[in-house]
Amino acid sequence: MFEENLTWLCYLLSGVLFTIGAIGAILRRNMIVVFMCIELMLNAVNLVFIAAAGSLSSMDGSVFVFFIMTVAAVEAAVGLAIFVMVFRMQQSINADEMNLLKG
Amino acid sequence: MDMISFKGIVFIAASLVVIAASVLMATRKNPIHSALWMIVTFFAMAVIYLLLNAQFIAVAQVMVYAGAIMMLILFVIMLVHMEKGEETDPGKTRRSKKTRIVAALITVILFGEMLLGVLFYRMTGQGGEYPAALVDAVGNVRTVGVLLYGQYLFPFEIASLLLLVGIVGAVVIAKRK
Repeated sequence: MFEENLTWLCYLLSGVLFTIGAIGAILRRNMIVVFMCIELMLNAVNLVFIAAAGSLSSMDGSVFVFFIMTVAAVEAAVGLAIFVMVFRMQQSINADEMNLLKG
Repeated sequence: MDMISFKGIVFIAASLVVIAASVLMATRKNPIHSALWMIVTFFAMAVIYLLLNAQFIAVAQVMVYAGAIMMLILFVIMLVHMEKGEETDPGKTRRSKKTRIVAALITVILFGEMLLGVLFYRMTGQGGEYPAALVDAVGNVRTVGVLLYGQYLFPFEIASLLLLVGIVGAVVIAKRK
């Protein structure tokens, strides 16, 4: 009874997590917390990949999640380097104050 | 009799932990607390991956996300001492009312869409060639490895190049002039 609903419950959980991440990414002003919320959204997508691959008895979900993790790691390294540089320039990593490109 | 198995109990506990920890992550004022709740989220999600027969991804989740990425984020939070940052000056700590209404609307629509998809969409299609029993007989890590170094060799190499570019880019961007 539970086993066949596991995939469905995983989709539901993933939707909840994605929405929490989206709310955080929209409402928070600290760039690092926004970044963590984006990581949470990536994790929600990973969960869908794994659940769908499990229910279709395919292995491609794991491979795709592996690549998503690689991209997330690169994104974390470059993004955090950018945050450090922005903090050095304007002593704050508030998302509202990043307007250097505004001309 | 047993409507809900041991697996079900573990899944429900893990998913409650995931939801609670992620809500706490998104709402804490102190970024260090946010980062620590994020680590709790990642560990609980690794448990869910284990329940879904994805052992390799569960271990990679703990090592890459909870280990490497969160460590990097914690270091950067400590590097940019946040007390000079946001959410200390009163009056500017909150978004304006209009922004919050629009954000709530966007997220409600988003969640409604996903709920519709979950409730009414039934996935069809034929099963792949890796049912759980077969994968368990060979081993999950071995199966993923064979796929990564066989069918997906070219994307794998591109991923390694991407990591190299990421290393160089991070060093160049964060370097002091």
